[in-house]
Amino acid sequence: MGLTSDRVLRLVNVGKTFGRHRALADVSLAFVPGRVAAVLGPNGAGKSTLLGLLSTLSQPSQGRITLGDEELSRHSPLRATIGYVGHEPGVYGDLSARQNLRLFASLYGMASAERIDEMLARVGLDGVRREAAARTFSRGMLQRLALARALLHEPEILLFDEPGAALDPAGAAWLAGELQREREAGRLVVLVTHDLAAAAAIATHVVVLRRGRVARDEARASFSADEVRRIYEEATRGST
Amino acid sequence: MAAPSWACQAARIAWKDLHIEGRSREVVTTMGFMAALVVLVFSFAFISGQEVTVGPDVVAGILWVAVLFSGTVALSRTFDRERESEAIRSLLLSPAPRSAIYAGKLAATALIMFLVELLLTPLLAALFSAAITPHALWLGLLLLLGTIGFSSVGVLFSAALLRARSRDALLGALLFPIVIPVLLAASRATATLLDPTASDLEPALFWTRFLAALDVVFVVVGLWSFEPVVMGE
Repeated sequence: MGLTSDRVLRLVNVGKTFGRHRALADVSLAFVPGRVAAVLGPNGAGKSTLLGLLSTLSQPSQGRITLGDEELSRHSPLRATIGYVGHEPGVYGDLSARQNLRLFASLYGMASAERIDEMLARVGLDGVRREAAARTFSRGMLQRLALARALLHEPEILLFDEPGAALDPAGAAWLAGELQREREAGRLVVLVTHDLAAAAAIATHVVVLRRGRVARDEARASFSADEVRRIYEEATRGST
Repeated sequence: MAAPSWACQAARIAWKDLHIEGRSREVVTTMGFMAALVVLVFSFAFISGQEVTVGPDVVAGILWVAVLFSGTVALSRTFDRERESEAIRSLLLSPAPRSAIYAGKLAATALIMFLVELLLTPLLAALFSAAITPHALWLGLLLLLGTIGFSSVGVLFSAALLRARSRDALLGALLFPIVIPVLLAASRATATLLDPTASDLEPALFWTRFLAALDVVFVVVGLWSFEPVVMGE
């Protein structure tokens, strides 16, 4: 699984409605491995809905989402190829960092203690007291643990929903470095954020959503902060 | 990497809940306190002086009312742990089948509840002079079956209410009417077993079988419907 894959994550005419509210409409996008796609847009533009669909936690009301030739749905075994880091760390506060990783490793069919040690060392939690419950961790430590959990099974797709929202500048810089590292390793990374500067620092693909539709979709080798800001402002001009 | 079997996944999720409970003892404490409180309140109402004036059917009713209220506390707390930090999302994203998540949560909840009931029943027997020893094993089986029936529905509704605002109030309102058949069967069978004058145990056997059949139905429905319920689709 994972880093050597060249499978493209494709959305074809995807729509999502909640009752009478249309959250996404006719979204067609392609996310390519080895790129960091920053999904931008004002509140209510459909960014988190899009991430929910990509993570398989939600089903599209119309259209198709595929990874390579396979359909990505909530019943699909492909969900094991996804790593997700959200606002909340998605770990058990009553378990220690190691116990959390051991639990998720076992659910993914991995029993390697070395892999858990490796992940804890990578995110800088190897020095934490072994039995310390995750609820005693700072916000930054929890986000590090969340990243370790998301990377544990070497996912093909990494999804981030405002991962740096509650981090201090040092924590945000560390996270940006980790995203860069994953991009260079050839992983497909989709990052939902409001932070245009953070997006410009790492994104090689910028998608701007507006009122549930794709307003801009641009991929380049790199973006400057000014370019991202200009793209965003042009795409969202007039939106409330 | 080889995908673990369904049973392994369910066992790991159950172990996780039991491990957390072993560490915090939060559910056992709150549930035990609630159950003891219910029994004590009934004892104040029914016991005057040295005289115990209640029959086995009332004692059985008190036992199952205590299980009902304390079990609701247990269900709420077990699912609070899934909601905190959005841990449930990580669980749902894992390759574990959603039915295995249900089975694991059910097993852990039922086991924790059963443990509290094993402590509660002697207290009830002591306060109301109930004869629990003649059919202790059968009574234990009834408690287990009743707890599985209650938890199988309770886990499903707790999952459905995971993101609801007034979930604690709604859980009781939704759960209690559905588990009435479980409580009816369990309390009728318990009443027969606690009656020292009962020579015919046929009614207890009938209600035990009925309870087992209810458990099968509720667990199958839970396994089948947990995924759409927890995914909110």
